[in-house]
Amino acid sequence: MAAILVYSEHQGTALELLGKARELAGELGLEVCAASLGGAAAAEAAELAAHGAARVYTSDEAAFDGLPTDVLAEALAKIGEQAAAELVLLGSTRRGRELGGRLAQRLGAGCVTDATSLALEDGKLVAGRYDLGGATVRREVVETSPAVIAVMPKVFAADGPGGAADASGAAGGPPGPSGDVVPAQLVLQPSAVRLVERNPREGETVDLAAAPRIVGVGRGLSKREDVPLGERLAVAMGAELGCTKSLADFGWLPEDRIVGLSGAKTAPDLYLALGVSGQVQHTVGVSQAKVIAAVNTDKEAPIFKLADYGVVGDLYQLVPALLERLEAL
Amino acid sequence: MDIVVCVKTNPDLQMMRVKDRVPVLEAVPCKVGDLEKNALEAALQLRDAAGGGKITAVTVAEGDRKIRETMKEALAIGADEALIVADAALEGADQAGIAAALAAALGRAGAFDLLLFGEGSSDGYSGQVPGRVAEILGLAQIGYARKLETVAAGGGSDGAGGAGIRAERSMGDVIEVLEAPFPVAVTVVSEINEPRLPSLMQIMKAGKKPVTELTLADVGLEAAAVAPRRSVVSNLAEEQARKHVMLEGDAARQAEALVAALVGEGVLGRA
Repeated sequence: MAAILVYSEHQGTALELLGKARELAGELGLEVCAASLGGAAAAEAAELAAHGAARVYTSDEAAFDGLPTDVLAEALAKIGEQAAAELVLLGSTRRGRELGGRLAQRLGAGCVTDATSLALEDGKLVAGRYDLGGATVRREVVETSPAVIAVMPKVFAADGPGGAADASGAAGGPPGPSGDVVPAQLVLQPSAVRLVERNPREGETVDLAAAPRIVGVGRGLSKREDVPLGERLAVAMGAELGCTKSLADFGWLPEDRIVGLSGAKTAPDLYLALGVSGQVQHTVGVSQAKVIAAVNTDKEAPIFKLADYGVVGDLYQLVPALLERLEAL
Repeated sequence: MDIVVCVKTNPDLQMMRVKDRVPVLEAVPCKVGDLEKNALEAALQLRDAAGGGKITAVTVAEGDRKIRETMKEALAIGADEALIVADAALEGADQAGIAAALAAALGRAGAFDLLLFGEGSSDGYSGQVPGRVAEILGLAQIGYARKLETVAAGGGSDGAGGAGIRAERSMGDVIEVLEAPFPVAVTVVSEINEPRLPSLMQIMKAGKKPVTELTLADVGLEAAAVAPRRSVVSNLAEEQARKHVMLEGDAARQAEALVAALVGEGVLGRA
């Protein structure tokens, strides 16, 4: 039986993809398989099998150390063959996005990376992704079999064990017994790329994609010393502080605070833009926000076209006034 | 040290307009993509640190004036020569087609130590092409480099004793340091450097640098080899239904109105 093959080195993302794969498999008459590769393969494989993968191919060969892209592509191409995969779903993490192109090339396949939607339309699988710097959403059909599609993390909700209904309410099929974990039959060449060091990032890290509220600062902020002004407002609102790419390029804020095409794609309840002009490369990262408010001195700033609530004014006057009102809440 | 930098002819998105959700790209000028400028800058720094070598900028596209302008920009930034594969069959090509043409073009560029890319183009940003080209050429690849330096001894077993590259990259919550022997394909992120702006003198000299222009047939490819493997259903701006309520008055009044509105929306308030 032909299959959908799911792989992400990030287990949470793999579980999200499994949920969607189960839904699609039901409609396409395919079976759901997964791959779990590298050091933690055994434990993760069991979890994937318990979450609706009929078969999980696993290998912890030494060649997977450091998860080199060329070795992963070779392994997944072979597993795809063993599973008769018609569709390979990857997580579009940095690693997965890099893997997508190489794996697709190895398979002679078309590929979509950074997909933010995936749906069957008239029997064809349509993947949506941002294009033209975020100005448009390009909806594509991969015409090869297999097709390779790398989906952004957190686009789909993870299933519960046994494959319960996903967040959209679409059932992936009746809860079934746990799938099989099988060793992948692989003969791998080690990569020429060698992992010399791997260290956790220094300092605090933030996951803006998970933030319920975000205060975003842009070039309306006139100097580095004013970043704490944005921080104070964020704290008072129970929000995370985000920024445009320019501010991170200046070195005022770390890269994990960037909102937009080159940073986090977020979906908070509230996005408050302070001194953000509203270039599409930034706003694409907040277009899914429930409510957008903006403060900018320029009444023609594009951010106001995206805002539910707009304030034409100086953030240096607005932020103290907002802090005062929030105090009174 | 010989370096090839793959350059994409990107539309200048600052100049693009969207009309009735449709992007209007006619008459939009083209330029070297932002990350490819970082790649060119990295090439210049590595070449200078190595004390010599050649930098070749390579691009593939359907043939028109815009590519030559883009490549002139790459030459002004510092590439020594340019190689263009221009062919009408590349119009509408997808990443597989672009990669096939690039890989074939690289066969004509001569031997190189390092193949550099931006980690994504300014327009499509798919990040697929570097991995596809590396796969076709059988090269090891390192993505998302934010620091690059040459090392005397290569990283892999094949490169023991040979020269290679050491790259640092951020993969979200971890920082990795990787090594690979030459030849290797590397993509760079914007943090890696601040690309130089070409001087007037460099811009003038760029016109005199060698540019080789080839067709697909010249690099041994038929049009079928670059045929797209995906079709585009639509490419439109998202519909945004926003309230567009402008809050008037002085700062105190605006702040009061904004807080009231956000509380009313249920997105602000005591936790």
